[in-house]
Amino acid sequence: MKIIVCIKQVPDTEAKIKIAPDGRAIDDAEINYIINPYEEYAIEEGLRTKESLGEGEVILISVGPERASTALRSGLAMGADRAIHINDSLLDENDPLLVATILSKAIQQEGYNLILCGVQGVGTDHYQVGPILAELLGIPHVGVVTKLQISPDKAVAHREIEGVSEVIETPLPALFTAQKGLNEPRYPSLKGIMMAKKKPLTLLDCQHLGLSEEEVNKLKGKALIIKLELPPMRPKGLVVQGEPSETVKQLIEWLQKETGIL
Amino acid sequence: MDFSFTEEQEMTRQMVREFAEREIAPVVMEYDESQQFPWEIIRKLAELGLLGILISPDYGGSGMGYIDLAIIIEELSRVDPSIGLTVAAHNSLCCNHIYLYGTEKQKKNYLPLLASGKKLGAWALTEAEAGSDASAIRATAILRDGQWVLNGSKLFITNANVGEVAVVLAVTDKSKGAKGISAFILEKGMAGFRVGKKENKLGVRASDTAELIMEDCSIPQENLLGKEGEGFINALALLDGGRVGIAAFSVGIAQGVMELCLKYSKERVQFGKPIAKFQAIQWILADMATQIDAARLLTYRAAYLRQQEQRSTKEASMAKLYASEMAVRATEKAVQIFGGYGFTKDYPVEKFYRDVKIATIGEGTSEIQHLVIARQILE
Repeated sequence: MKIIVCIKQVPDTEAKIKIAPDGRAIDDAEINYIINPYEEYAIEEGLRTKESLGEGEVILISVGPERASTALRSGLAMGADRAIHINDSLLDENDPLLVATILSKAIQQEGYNLILCGVQGVGTDHYQVGPILAELLGIPHVGVVTKLQISPDKAVAHREIEGVSEVIETPLPALFTAQKGLNEPRYPSLKGIMMAKKKPLTLLDCQHLGLSEEEVNKLKGKALIIKLELPPMRPKGLVVQGEPSETVKQLIEWLQKETGIL
Repeated sequence: MDFSFTEEQEMTRQMVREFAEREIAPVVMEYDESQQFPWEIIRKLAELGLLGILISPDYGGSGMGYIDLAIIIEELSRVDPSIGLTVAAHNSLCCNHIYLYGTEKQKKNYLPLLASGKKLGAWALTEAEAGSDASAIRATAILRDGQWVLNGSKLFITNANVGEVAVVLAVTDKSKGAKGISAFILEKGMAGFRVGKKENKLGVRASDTAELIMEDCSIPQENLLGKEGEGFINALALLDGGRVGIAAFSVGIAQGVMELCLKYSKERVQFGKPIAKFQAIQWILADMATQIDAARLLTYRAAYLRQQEQRSTKEASMAKLYASEMAVRATEKAVQIFGGYGFTKDYPVEKFYRDVKIATIGEGTSEIQHLVIARQILE
């Protein structure tokens, strides 16, 4: 089984985000980049599927600048078999339609039985690449998956919806987007880290995928970032301490005077 | 000149850091209070290959180097020095002694078990009357009817209870002094080999420290490790590596407390502003940051030299001396910054303050490091 896992390199969720002078991107000078956490679940699920089927190949694909190869190496250290890095100055890894189109070209060239993505890319949080990619490939897609059982020709996916669990069965090939709770991603072992550099990492650009500059430009800019703003500072909370008879009084006073709720 | 780590080394650091923060941090105080050995964590570390860091994959190890070892010990100790110390003793002393000086048969017998963590290792040099004066050990090994018979006891041995394999140093020819000391591989269950008193310690309480006792312990002749009479000389060479480990342990602790201090001093408000706004606190933090960097540079230089198989006795001692003394100061200042809270077990600096002290004592006291450095520069 050919298992494709699409990953994005994103700013560390612990990173302190600053906005770049142009006001439309983040300042990445001091940012540590990591594998999108939702795609760590996707990689883990790919590896577990291969292990439980007893056969298969896990191939990672990422669209991103040069630094994205670090994320791919980390995924290889977790145990993926090989990786494809699509890097081209024409590309913008934060443009969902463009990224999904590029991925679809590469995945078609590669061949596939199962495609796994994260539910969203932390930071931009579009939730779009997975569904668009499935649509472009003309295959079924189940999003926000928290449990997945893969057999050679079909899959059963679970997802949480309003108060209940929805269970969906689909033939393969299909695409699934991973939600938190799908699994507990493994840590790369030291042996995995040592082997990561020896595994194949293929570099591709738009030309390799048969896309001209005009075609890329036509895909671009369906959604534009006009302006980025940091969320407003969270107002200071209140900690009330003491006996309940006292704390209730304090809380009521605070709700009346400071918030106007009461 | 290139100060950067390789991509693998960065990945290793990130992996160990994440592991320590997620798996170790939540249970640190529990193990400290109960003095239980953290088997569950050690087993997970074994799966990740952290118990065979230096050993070649041919013997089931991870095939990494001294810089990687320092990174791993630093990152573990940043969260829990007890685990940092357990991993350091197992890897750089026990495993490495067998790996560097063992026969092919010994390596095949013991290293896969040690590297996979199926068995933990201890390394026993110190005795009640032989601490800094290590060559004054009294334990003896006498060859009798094709068997080595060992007698004596070893003190303050890391992994003495939990370790199933121990490298033990004993006198084989008293007339030759330090050149009459040899090393032996002992296993738990051998007749006449037992664990004595477990120490109740100030710090690193989740690491296992106890006495090892040999009473007419008879072992096969082939369990001699290295050449007869070269045990102490090999031990000194191993300690160059071991000292880099303790330096990394110290840097990790200091880094851990500094991060706690940075966070706390930005949150703690006194006189109407966060205490980080006061110069008195800023100077302490600036000193900490500078000295940690200095210690880290000394540590990784020593690890680098060792990795290049260059002589590193002086540099390893300098790193160990400076880093351990620096870390003791840093934890003391950290408790001061945390004030009354820092004196309680509800805040993590208290534990670091206790844990750090072993760094100026173990694998050669600061006084011995001075001696080693002075000898090297006066040579």
